[in-house]
Amino acid sequence: MSLLELEKLSIRYGNTTVVDNLGFTVGEGESVGLVGESGSGKSQTALAILGLSPRGARVSGNIRFAGSDLAELSQRELDKLRARRIGIAFQDPSQALNPYLRVGRQLREILVRHGIAKGKDADREVMAMLERVGLPDTERQFRAYPHQLSGGMRQRVMLASALIAQPELLIADEPTTALDVTVQAQILDLLEEIRDNTALLLITHDLGIVAGHCERMLVLEKGRLVDAGATTALFASPGHAHTRALLAAAPRIDTSDIPDAVHGKSILGVESATISYEERGSRRLHAVSDVDLSLHVGETLAIVGESGSGKSSLVSAILGLVPMESGCVIYAGSELNGPVERRGKRQARELQLVFQDPIGALNPQMRVRSLVGEPLVVHETQLSSRQRLGRVTEALEQVGLDAGYLERFPHELSGGQAQRVAIARALILRPNVLVCDEAVAALDGSVRQQVLSLLRQVQDETGLAIIFISHDLAVVRSISHRVLVMYMGRFVEVAENDALFRHPRHPYTRALIEAVPVPDPLAPPRKAPLQGEVPSLLKPPPGCVFHPRCPLASDVCRQSCPDARDIDGTRVACHHAN
Amino acid sequence: MSLLGNPTVRVSGGIVLFIALVALLGPFLSPNDYLSTNFDELLSPPSFDGARFFGTDDLGRDLFVRTMLGIRVTLVVAIVASLVSLVIGVAYGAIAGFVGGRVDAAMMRVVDTLYALPFIFFVILLMVVFERNLLLIFVAIGAVNWLDMARIVRGQTLSLREREFVAAARLMGVSPARIVFRHIAPNLIGIVVVYVTLTIPQAILVESFLSFLGLGVQEPQTSLGALVDAGVNQMEGASWTLLIPGGLLALILMCFNFLGDGLRDVFDARHVS
Repeated sequence: MSLLELEKLSIRYGNTTVVDNLGFTVGEGESVGLVGESGSGKSQTALAILGLSPRGARVSGNIRFAGSDLAELSQRELDKLRARRIGIAFQDPSQALNPYLRVGRQLREILVRHGIAKGKDADREVMAMLERVGLPDTERQFRAYPHQLSGGMRQRVMLASALIAQPELLIADEPTTALDVTVQAQILDLLEEIRDNTALLLITHDLGIVAGHCERMLVLEKGRLVDAGATTALFASPGHAHTRALLAAAPRIDTSDIPDAVHGKSILGVESATISYEERGSRRLHAVSDVDLSLHVGETLAIVGESGSGKSSLVSAILGLVPMESGCVIYAGSELNGPVERRGKRQARELQLVFQDPIGALNPQMRVRSLVGEPLVVHETQLSSRQRLGRVTEALEQVGLDAGYLERFPHELSGGQAQRVAIARALILRPNVLVCDEAVAALDGSVRQQVLSLLRQVQDETGLAIIFISHDLAVVRSISHRVLVMYMGRFVEVAENDALFRHPRHPYTRALIEAVPVPDPLAPPRKAPLQGEVPSLLKPPPGCVFHPRCPLASDVCRQSCPDARDIDGTRVACHHAN
Repeated sequence: MSLLGNPTVRVSGGIVLFIALVALLGPFLSPNDYLSTNFDELLSPPSFDGARFFGTDDLGRDLFVRTMLGIRVTLVVAIVASLVSLVIGVAYGAIAGFVGGRVDAAMMRVVDTLYALPFIFFVILLMVVFERNLLLIFVAIGAVNWLDMARIVRGQTLSLREREFVAAARLMGVSPARIVFRHIAPNLIGIVVVYVTLTIPQAILVESFLSFLGLGVQEPQTSLGALVDAGVNQMEGASWTLLIPGGLLALILMCFNFLGDGLRDVFDARHVS
């Protein structure tokens, strides 16, 4: 008998069906991946299994857990079932943990509430669990509040709370999506390690994670189950067109389809940029320290690094949105100084930015027509409103949107459409440099693919130079010509795409590449390449900032900060690189 | 715009409009006027005879016409006072929020200081020292209410200024003035409209309170607060003199509050979805 059985599950909100006639099973101890794009009903399914569907949801069909129908259980029996027999780990642990309760107390409550242990025994068990999920100094973490922990630590606590009652089923809803790639690898390892015989229903959009961690996978499309089967079999021969599309859209770091090298002349340069912010107590946070950068015509330069690496600060300073403490930006032979307002119209026409959150970057009170047309209103005042409309329509066509979108407000657009509107606005003045700050991070696989090929196409046609910030190395691999790696605001390594991915010289680059899950179930399993997390920028380690996490660290690394050196066309800042 | 699609807005807005319309036209259609006393009809109960729909007061004046007049005065005082607070509050708050830094700090400390003054006391003093007139009431009530408006607008401007679409506009080379008027101001309208509709009942209450204390409008002019004050004295025996103006006052207050809530739902929905 299966542990969890769903039969004809449908979830409706008013007239919209978000989950349609869904049926699947999860056997004891089995690991099943539930994949689909946003809006495919993955999370709704998980909430329905737990009996936590939001108000207004109409749930029909059967959900049986260990033989008993969940619809027939009383609230009380359901409460007993949750946490005791079904554990849950949510995407964002900072939301799922109570900020006012100490970590230990939250875990302890589960044991006491379900009568598993009490008093000193409960404390001991919590401590043991915290140790199992790899929290250092458990005594202290037991008494810590959630906000005192880092994101990765919080997700460990979340897993501890999901597993402390030794449930038979663990539902993990995008458990690593909010984490950096090296921490993601650690958490996934941990999940494998401590799960024992608990069955796993892993909800994710990342096929790489499914390939590495699930025996079976289920593919949802718009609330319908379109494909199901053993992971290896589905990857080898997907049964449904949607599965094929998902697999095709999954970026692969081991791809060989990369842009050919270009040899344009330099258009933008940054020399020894240093950026710091004032923090509470007049401490200064050095977001970027002494970083150089150069960008050529027709080239895509990717900047990668984990959160806190300073990549966004660096481009904000290039564009004049935040002040630079020292260093200079040279654009087409002349220096750009001061805030963007004082840089004149030339920069505004020729340097453009596309933000991560497309909806947030569009004024909610303006229609697409005026959003895309605004740069023309400011810079090409000679245009009649008719000519302007023509240019706007043209720009929208370029990004694959027809004139039907002209009168829409941003909230009437999907994420992908909004990002295309933002790109149309950025491109309407035909800039020379486009900065994309995590511009595809919020988009689903297929839409991301479209946006990326759009950028490549525009670049081929116009020689646009692109700075492409991303934390996703698989995307970087497929779009960039050169890659700049940063860590804690410091320069790590810069090289041609192929050289960097094939022969990373810096141990941090190597770790980043190894941490990316490969969407191939036959790929040999890999351990998380790095332990620990990025230290606080307020207290950077002495010497090489990477040494506390570096497998190669030696005395020299602890004492002196490495200078950048050139080795076979790669520029790298590491004492041990060769 | 789904303003009229929201039932709360539709119903409460409709009632307010209806009351305002009757208050405007009613006195012209009634054979009675607000001034003439009739000592044969002291405190007569409501009846259709002689169109005494709301009865008469202790001087024999027609209460229907007086109530309509009171509603007019109350609504005008409330709306004008709210507009005064709107203009001062929005300008002050938007400047503080957009300029930021020391200017912001100095301007907001002024607001904090004014907050510390006991305002009702201040208004009462004003009324006592100067000759009582409607204009002064507008100014006094507006002066109380703009502080909240300034704080709200400043907070909103501060957060809007950091939004990505403002950064996007800066990068496009949009001038600061255009950013304020094209990008920030339209995003303030929702919250300002909602807050004004919620300020109106507050202003009505302050006006009624002042009139109830005898510091509001001057006889023979009247307002709902003054009518309630007069009605309290006749509460026993002639309960309509209290219940009718009091009931209408409560109805108007409720409608404005519901209107504000409804508008907030409408504007919030546009931001969330």
